[in-house]
Formats: sequence, C-alpha cells, structure tokens
Amino acid sequence: MSHLSERPANPVVGQEIPHESAALHVTGAALYTDDLVMRTRDVLHAHPVQVPHAHARVTALRTQPALAVPGVVRVLTAADVPGVNDAGVKHDEPLFPSEVMYFGHSVAWVLGETLEAARLGAAAVEVDVEPLPAIIDVKDAIAAESFQGAQPRVERGDIEAAFDAAAHVFSGEFEFAGQEHFYLETHCALALVDENGQVFVQSSTQHPSETQEIVAHVLGLASHEVTVQCLRMGGGFGGKEMQPHGLAAIAAIGSRLTGRPVRLRLSRTQDMTMTGKRHGFHSQWRVAFDADGRLQALDATLTADGGWSLDLSEPVLARALCHIDNAYWIPNARVNGRIARTNKTSQTAFRGFGGPQGMLVIEDILGRCAPLLGLDPASLRRRNFYGPGQTTPYGQPVRHSERLAAAWDAVTRTGDLDRRRAEIEAFNAEHPDTKRAIAITPVKFGISFNLTAFNQAGALVHVYKDGSVLINHGGTEMGQGLHTKMLQVAATSLGVPLSRVRLAPTRTDKVPNTSATAASSGADLNGGAVKNACEQITDRLRNVAAGRLGVHPSDVRFGADRGGIISAIGGTGELIPWDELVHQAYFQRVQLWAAGFYRTEGLHWDSATMHGSPFKYFAYGVAATEVEVDGFTGANRTRRVDIVHDVGDSLSPLIDIGQIEGGFVQGAGWLTLEDLRWDNSDSPTRGRLATQAASTYKLPSFSEMPEEFNVTLLEQAHEDGAVYGGKAVGEPPLMLAFSVREALRQAAAAFGPQGTSIDLASPATPEAVFWAVEEARAAASGQPDDGHVTASSNGDHGVVPVQPHGPARHPESERVVGRQAVEPAGVRP
Amino acid sequence: MASKTATVAELVPAPAAIVNGRSCGFGGISPQTSALDWLREQGLTGAKEGCAEGECGACSVLVARPAGDHDEAGSQWTAINACLIPAASLDGQEVVTAEGLGTASQMHPVQYEMAMRGGSQCGYCTPGFVCSMAAEYYRPGRCGADTPVGDYVPGSSATLPVEGESAAADLDPNAPQHDSLDHDHGANGFDLHALSGNLCRCTGYRPIRDAAYALGIPSDDDAFADRRHRPAPDAVPTRLKAATGTYARAADLSDVFTLRSEHPEATLVAGSTDWGVEVNIRGVRAPFVIGIDRVPELRTFEIGDSSIELGAALTLSELESRLDGRIPLLAEVFPQFASRLIRNGATIGGNLGTGSPIGDTPPALLALEAVVVLASPAGDREVPLADYFTGYRATVKAADEIIRAVRVPLPLSTVTGFHKIAKRRFDDISSVAVGFALTIDDGVVTKARIGLGGVAATPIRARETEAALEGQPFTREVARTAAAIMRREGTPMDDHRASAAYRSTMLGTALLKLHAQHGHNTTTEEASA
Repeated sequence: MSHLSERPANPVVGQEIPHESAALHVTGAALYTDDLVMRTRDVLHAHPVQVPHAHARVTALRTQPALAVPGVVRVLTAADVPGVNDAGVKHDEPLFPSEVMYFGHSVAWVLGETLEAARLGAAAVEVDVEPLPAIIDVKDAIAAESFQGAQPRVERGDIEAAFDAAAHVFSGEFEFAGQEHFYLETHCALALVDENGQVFVQSSTQHPSETQEIVAHVLGLASHEVTVQCLRMGGGFGGKEMQPHGLAAIAAIGSRLTGRPVRLRLSRTQDMTMTGKRHGFHSQWRVAFDADGRLQALDATLTADGGWSLDLSEPVLARALCHIDNAYWIPNARVNGRIARTNKTSQTAFRGFGGPQGMLVIEDILGRCAPLLGLDPASLRRRNFYGPGQTTPYGQPVRHSERLAAAWDAVTRTGDLDRRRAEIEAFNAEHPDTKRAIAITPVKFGISFNLTAFNQAGALVHVYKDGSVLINHGGTEMGQGLHTKMLQVAATSLGVPLSRVRLAPTRTDKVPNTSATAASSGADLNGGAVKNACEQITDRLRNVAAGRLGVHPSDVRFGADRGGIISAIGGTGELIPWDELVHQAYFQRVQLWAAGFYRTEGLHWDSATMHGSPFKYFAYGVAATEVEVDGFTGANRTRRVDIVHDVGDSLSPLIDIGQIEGGFVQGAGWLTLEDLRWDNSDSPTRGRLATQAASTYKLPSFSEMPEEFNVTLLEQAHEDGAVYGGKAVGEPPLMLAFSVREALRQAAAAFGPQGTSIDLASPATPEAVFWAVEEARAAASGQPDDGHVTASSNGDHGVVPVQPHGPARHPESERVVGRQAVEPAGVRP
Repeated sequence: MASKTATVAELVPAPAAIVNGRSCGFGGISPQTSALDWLREQGLTGAKEGCAEGECGACSVLVARPAGDHDEAGSQWTAINACLIPAASLDGQEVVTAEGLGTASQMHPVQYEMAMRGGSQCGYCTPGFVCSMAAEYYRPGRCGADTPVGDYVPGSSATLPVEGESAAADLDPNAPQHDSLDHDHGANGFDLHALSGNLCRCTGYRPIRDAAYALGIPSDDDAFADRRHRPAPDAVPTRLKAATGTYARAADLSDVFTLRSEHPEATLVAGSTDWGVEVNIRGVRAPFVIGIDRVPELRTFEIGDSSIELGAALTLSELESRLDGRIPLLAEVFPQFASRLIRNGATIGGNLGTGSPIGDTPPALLALEAVVVLASPAGDREVPLADYFTGYRATVKAADEIIRAVRVPLPLSTVTGFHKIAKRRFDDISSVAVGFALTIDDGVVTKARIGLGGVAATPIRARETEAALEGQPFTREVARTAAAIMRREGTPMDDHRASAAYRSTMLGTALLKLHAQHGHNTTTEEASA
C-alpha cells in the first residue's frame, strides 16, 4: 500500500458525515456570491445588451440613448478594455465582439444604480447590424465544412483487415443533444477595487486562477494585481469552469472605471442564452463483430457541435475519443474527431467532459446491434468487457478491469435481475399497452486531466498557537462535498478531531496557479496537497514530541481516534495533548504552517498522436434500471435502479452516495428529458434557443426520481494511487444513466416482435419513446423503417465514415503556448 | 409629514409585513418589486432566485393563509413562490423564511432531517425545499396513524454530529428506505407533490424524499404549529404608491370596479403566477396593479342542487381541498396542474382569465360544460365556457367585466378522465391536454363532452368526436373509429414541446386509453383480444 493511500487507524476519512455547510444550507445562512451584494454598499448593477441575430456584423453601436435613462451610470464597450479584448485563452472569444456570433450575443454592458435602470438602459442602446448567414444545425455545419480547432484521431490495429474478417458488420449514424447545466445559481461576479488599485472579484467560478488570469489580461494587469475568491457555488457541473471569466472581467472593468463595486448576475434567461452547454455530437460509425458478438473493430467519426468559439471543445473532444471504448475491448479502432463551428453558444465543460458523449455512441451501437446479432443486450455488453492485460485504443492498460465484472455480478445479484426479468416477461405478455424492461450498463471512466500539466495542486495549512487548524486549498466547493473531504483529510493527517479544523474560502492569494476544480479530480489533487502540507507540520512536531517523550521521532504517533492525543511506541508512556504539543513547538520556534503541493505521478500523454496513459486510474460502476412505458403516450417511469459503484475506499460515504445518485439523475435528465431546441427555421429568430427557461427546459423533478433507488459502494476497492485510497466520484456516475436509456429502448422494443432493433432519439423524451414504440409496432406489421442500422453481409466493409484530414493540432490551439508556457491550452481534462 | 389635515394614509398604519416575527416596511419598492427581491433587501438572502418564473422553488417562503372559509378553521402555513408575487401584496401578512424556521444551532425538524440525510449538496435550492417541506409538515391532517411523535425536538441538537457520533443507524445509505404508502406518499402522510415545484440539480432527490418521509408530527411547544390555531391575517386594503406606479388591494368587488373605472389601464392580479412571469421574464410593467385575490365576492364556494360554484379567486389548492374529490375530473387535474407552489397562488379565474390555449383547467371545464360568471357594475352574466374563448388569448369578457366564478352543472358524467401530455409528470406545461366526460347508460354513450387544449389557438371542444361517440356503444371498435376522427380535431403546431404529428396522434390515443381504462366497466362487449 502506498504512503499516499494508506490510512492510519480510525481515520476521520471514511466517516459518514454531512456536508460541512449543511446546517448553513438548510437555514438559509450559507452565502453565495450574489448574497454578498446585500452586504456591500453603493453597488452598481450590470446588464448585457444582447443582439437578437444568430450571425451579424455590428455596423453601429449607439450608447448615448442609454445614458439618458435615469440611473444609468455607464455603458461598457470594447473601447473600455485596457488590455486584451478576449474572454478566453485562445483569442477567439472577444469580450465585446464586433461580430455577433450567436443569437443573444452581448455586444455591450450597461451599469446602473439599480438592475432595473441597467435593464432599461440596455434596451435603449441602439445596435445596427448587417445580418450574415448562420449555421445552426451540426449537420449543416458538416455539409458546409464549418469546423474549428484540432481534428485528432485515436487509432489502433488494422481496421480494414478486421472488417474483412468480421462475421457481422453494421453501420449507422447517431446525433444526440447537448445539455444545459442549470446549476440553480446562475453566473455571478462582484468586483471591487481597493485603495491600492488591487482588483478583488468574488466569482461563482470553478477555476479561480483562470478567472484571475483573464481578468488580469483584460485589464492589462499582472496576476498579482487581481484576487479572485469563491465562497461556494450553487452548482457548477463544469458550466463554471471556463464561462465565468469574461463575466468577472466585465464586472472588474466596470469597477475600475467607476470606482464602485459592480455586480454582474445573469438572469436565468441570460444564463441559458449566453453561456455554453454540454456539446451535442453527431456520429457516423461502422462496427465489426465476430460470430459470437465480440467486437472486432470500430470505425467512427465524431463531430462535436462546438458553437461559436473553441472554449474547451478540443479537450472535450479528446476525452470523447478516449471514452468511446467505455468498458469494452475493441482490438481494432479508428476514431476521428472534429469540432463544428455553429452560431450557437460556445459549448463547454459539463460533468463527464466528452466522456459521456463518447460512451453514448458505443452504448447506442450495442443497444441497436444486440437484436440484430440475436443477443440479449446484457450478454452482448458483458462478453465484451476488458480482460486482464488489455489496453485502451489509446494505449493505456486497463488496471482493475476485473472490477467491472465484480460490480456487474453484484448488481445482478442484489438487484435480483433474473427473477425480475422473468416477472417482466410475464407482465409484458399480459399488458398489450404497457411494457417494462430492465437494462444493465457499465461505466469505465478515466481519472486525471488529459493534459498532464493540470494534474497538480496546492494547499496552505495553518496551525495556530492554540492548536486550532485552518486549511486553504485550490479547489472550489460547488456542492460536491470537496471541502468536507478536505477537512476529513486534514483531520486524519494531523491526527486531530474534525472540530479542530476549519476551512477558509478558496482564493487566489492563498493558493496560486491552481487547476480548475474539474475532471472529478478535486479531492485527489487537493487532498494530496492538503495531506502533504499536514505531513510537513507533523514531521516537525514529531521531533518536538520525540524529544519530550524520549523516543525516536519515527515512534511518535498522532491520533484523531484519541482526541488528538500524541503518544509513542515505547518510552515513558506519557501522552501529549495536541494543543500542548503545538504550544511547546511554538516556543521552540518550530514553523507551524506549511504550503503543500501535489502532482499526480505516472502520467504521460501525447496529444498529437493521441497515445499514452493520461489517466491515473479508472473509476468503474454498473447500473441496472427498470422502466415502464405507456404505449399510448410514450410516458414512462423509472421503477427501480440498482447501482454498484467503485469509489475506492470512500473518503466520505454520505458525500459519495450523494454524488452517485445526483450524477445518475442528472445523466438521466440529459438522456431522457432535457431538450435544447434551437430555432433552425429561416425566421427572424433563427438561432434562438427556444427552450431558454425552466418552464420550457425541463430538468428531472421528483417525478423522475427512481421509485426505488439502491446505491452500493463496491467493496474491496482500495485505490493505491490516490489520497487515502479513495477514488474520484464527481463525473463517472452520470454515465450510469445509460441504463435508463437502454431500458427505454428495450421496453419500446417489447411492443414489437422479438429481435426488433430500435432507434431511439436522444433525449428520449416521451415523444421520442412513443415514436420508438411505433417503430416496434411497425416492425410487427412488417413495415420497414427509415434511418435504421445498416446490416452488411459477410465480407462487406459497411459504410465507411467520413475520414477528416485536418491536423491533429490546429494552429489555433497553439497560440496560447507562448503566453501560458504550457501545452495546447484547454487540453484539459 | 407636514400636511394640515389628517389623510387616510396617515390614519392607517404604514404598509408592513411580519417577517420571521419582525415588522418589515415596504420603503422604496415599486408595484412590480417581487416579494423575493424585497426579502433579500431586508438581508434575508436565504430565499434565492433560480428561475424567476415559479418553476424551481428556490424562492419558496411560507405565508399564513386561511385554512378554510371561516376564522375557526384557523390558518395554514402555505408555501409560495416569492419571486412571483408583488411584495406589496404581503401588506399585513405573516411571512416565514428558512432563516425564521431555525438557525444552525437551533434547527427546525425539517432542517435537521435535510441536513443529516444529505438533502443539501450545493445548498442553493435548499432554503426553498425547507419551506415547501415545512408547509407539508404543518399541513392539517397530514399525519398517518403511524407517524412518530416528537422524534426530534427543535434545538435539542446544537450542531450536526461530526466524526464518531455521526453514523445514526437510520442514516446508513444502505439501510432500507423509508416506508411509503405509494410512490408519492410517505407513511407519515407526507405528500411528495408538496415538493413538486422545487428543483434540485445535485442530489437526485432521494435523500430529500427520505428527509420528508422521516418527519414526525410537530411537538406540543412548536410555535409554528400553534400559530395554525389562530385565524390568518386579514387582507389589508393596501394602497402603495411609488414613482413607478401603484399597488392597490381591492377590499371588495365594488372597490375593484371603482379602482378600475378610475384607472382603466390597471392590471388585475390574483395569484400573480402568470403576471409575475410577465414582469420578471418579459419586462412588462404596469402603472397600476389591483390585487383581487382576497376579494370576498370572488371567493364563493357553493355546492347546490344543480351546480357547484367555484369562486374565481380560490386557488387551485383551496379548490382541491374544498372539493375533496366531489368533481372527479377536476380531482384528476389538480395534481397535474403545475406544482403545489403554483397551485397555492394560481386561481381558477386566473387560469381562464389569461385565455391561454394551454391552460390545464379549460379542457376539463369544457368537458364539464362549465359556465363562466362574469361580473360588471351592471351585474352578473353567464357564458358557457365553450363560447368564452374567441381567439388566441382573446375572450368575450368585456373591458369592465371580471370573472367572478365558474359554475359546474350537476349531475356529473359517469366516466371522466384528464389526459395530460407533457415531458415531465410533475410541474410541466401540456403539449396536449384532453378532458373527457362521458355519460354511459347500459353500455351506450348517451352524452360525450370532450375538451382539448394545445391543439388550437383556444381550448376547444372535440365536437366531431363527441358526435361520433354519442348514441354508440362504447366498444373498442367505436373508440377506434372515434379516435381516428379525434386525431383530426384542431390544428396542432410543431414547437419545442412536441411535434404536430405527436400532438394529433395523442388526441387519438387519449380516447383509446380512456377506453382501455373504462371500456370493460361500461360495456358488455365481446372479450377483446
């Protein structure tokens, strides 16, 4: 067992405790960025000037009428930018654009004494535009060859030979929608400037360091002149990884120009129409199986709908390509990726970061092909699992792949699947208008930022003279329980009770150069750094204790299980209370604070060849979902869900269970309910997001919660490569929701004859499920359907997907290198 | 201040509401200032804006409302969307927010269960959930016989347990889940629909459900429980004037007419569930708002021999509780109508007053052959609902008229059904809604009334389908024939909620589904295959 992962006796990590802010949450006392406005004097409010065109050149911008509106203080335009007019790191995202790139793009911001004044001022700004042709649909972008960024390829084996030899070849296409984050707290920034010109921005950001860098470059300042703080966020889900920066910069410009605090909080409508979402994808594929249904080859081209600028689209695409295998051994693979440029919001990180999109492609393929292979979908999936010693198409050994089978078997057993499948068969035979089905699907998800450089973290731990402990780390809290886990890590590492440790808000002047709290890596990275800082302190205290106890320093024992009492092996048997030892150490002039650092070891990745071992480990999970579909309407219910998920040795079980359940339901929302509809007509509102409110964009509510929801953590799951043996849990469970989609497909199929292959749109809304039911019924009456999987006869190579030939690294991705001195920017995760 | 003669304004107390036991004035607000913005300006930032249109419930707060139509009924803690209602409408009312329910060191039972069970992650929706849950906790008649008494005493636990003491057995994530009566009700009587208007993006809801189902009954010294035994605050005839406009609460119907004649431009607002969206999302502003939700003449509820009269300003929640299933078709509508938070504000008159083609009550009321009672200074007139709508959001209602009540004629048809097609089962807007009311004697349909929503510019009757059913036995074959006709009723559109093809198809399948549910009870037809 590694030093990093080994736990002391009776550690605080692993204890089941509520979220560290739970008592504040439930009593309304927890503060979010916008709550600070009520505690700040003389605040100005910012409102965007959104242009209602999908694509247009701005020919005139008249701000004077706004200034005539009572209460309007100032209108911010490109002329007010002292530094770089760009909200991103790729210089393709002007903060104040001269060309409107999507419907609702903001070209100016109005500052008012009240939000109402700013709103009226924004309405008074006159913008003349020359409309330009707009591409909305990803297929239209493909037809027009409207692409941006890199076009990477993951390749292994001999594709053509594999298709030559295959017993079964199928080809198809699949386009699926993105997802709005719908964090309950919309984007918010509150900027002020102190007497010394220091800019202080409170921001709902998952990436304070990058917010700081972008505020600095927009203002033409050095990073040390800008401080960014994030108390907590009301949800992030990736939506606040890249998107907050420009908004924080607007507030900061306003504050610098007026000398007053500026608040920028997006309304829900603004947030939905202006900020990026999960990428929808188009995929074209052909797949080869042997006679037993074992995958022989996959040839696929994925096109991510990137929206108007690159943002994080390249690393999202990279992760999609690295997850198209999901849990399955595919000996020969060729997977191309490209990014469409469309006149929509710039799509961005969202829990899973391309992983879900890549995995959805293979799960859809297996779901559609199983009936054509004459196999039960569960056995098709199970027989293609990775085995010992096998590697991913990008060359990484799949360590612990046996956990897939372990979780699968556990779900099969605890979910009583065999009995329930028999019951369902009987139920379906008796109910012509209602059908049920159970689907079981696996998840394998790689943990670490794809870009190796991002896999580092810092922490600052103070022990005060009275023995109390204050920790800071570079990660942000968005509800995922990171702070709770960090408190547990610190208490474990110092050997003190949890009540002795407090955590201070995340801010860039405490821990610099942090990575985004993203890629599920928050606890692994920051936990490593917190532990490192704590150990520096205990190493020093150890010497103090050793002297007093008369033992060798290596025989000193710290212990949270004894209320922070320090003891020793051997010696006099004397015990030293923590507070007393700290006090004594201070008088011996021992440093009682430390800056901790952590870097993930053993990673390597070549983004040009898309080859290497970018992930520290894989997280595994399996879910079985039972649904019931109403054949009259397509309406459906999730009757029961059983999950076994691998979180390593859980750092905090209540938190981890919450992440699994929440991720699952969010994934189910993406796949079955949440419907981003963009106006693709030629009307004046072309490009408008039609579902831009909670009333039209429906999230899962209580009615979508599984009626029975059983989540179990995989046993004997220690992870040697992570702090205290735990595993990342933020993203992987989202993809357990594939079981819902596949269950809906199987239930729809049950309305038709055995062996019906069903196409199911994504999201599988009740309407989509209804059409799938109709497809099955049509198969019963022998009517063929359009858009089906094409089955090819033996020896046929299938329909070869378009082979893009853009460079693996597009020049645009390189621009940032000189400035940030890191690898292609944004090649995060 | 220095006026020589005392005006009415100086004799009545300045507008104020009691919030968490403290009096808070309305200084500096305008008629469109929402209760949410006003509360936050008081420093009570627990309630949040998540959507500004009454969909997410992050702004939920409690108000003390009458529990029945007489003072002896006491009051009921009612959860509402603070983002939708004008702050001024709270004049004289009692409001409780999450901050008022408890503090971190003295948590309310609802707060304690939510915190302990992982019911909060990011915490942003949590204060709203807590208020919605507290309203259900205090709902009169909630508790089942086996509800534990005093399982938790407020303030008995100063802080949440930390290490070591943490793992109460019932918080084991692998422990059996709480008993429930059915999918939507706990063994403690908790109705999950109480939370249908609250969205959480983090938890997946299971721990919130567990918290709700773990609640006992309020203890004897619970002040909020005690408060229910006294009448709710009366409505105050508020006149709140600001530079940008006026909010006036009408004292009675004649006051409505007077105000309206003096201010023809005035907007009438009852529950404000539609108006609040206009203000927040579409930036509509009104110089003069007349609050009518507490006008006594609009709050009649009479069950007569030939009809049931439902006052226009009764909320959907009040109707649900007072009808108590007497009109089965409406009983089917209520749980599907938006959310509990919205139903606590939305009125039946308002649902007709907007003239929306996708309101949920019109299809049902059309099937019930309801009559709209329109009042004006000249008196009442009655208009069959089928004749009420004249075009997209247009009705026969004259400028000086107000919907006073809706009358549902008796007797009711024997076979009724409400089929709502939407993406989500709780709190969604219909893409198509169908209300059925069939009278079937000896297996023959003697009367058919079918109301449709979402398939035309107005709610409509499916008259051709009705004709195809009347006089026919309610067999599968007749249902199929009529369903084919029904698919052609109306002129549905493609939009983000559904395709036109799906909407049309759903009209037909609604009738087939009704037959599948009721056909075997009403006919002696051949055993169907």
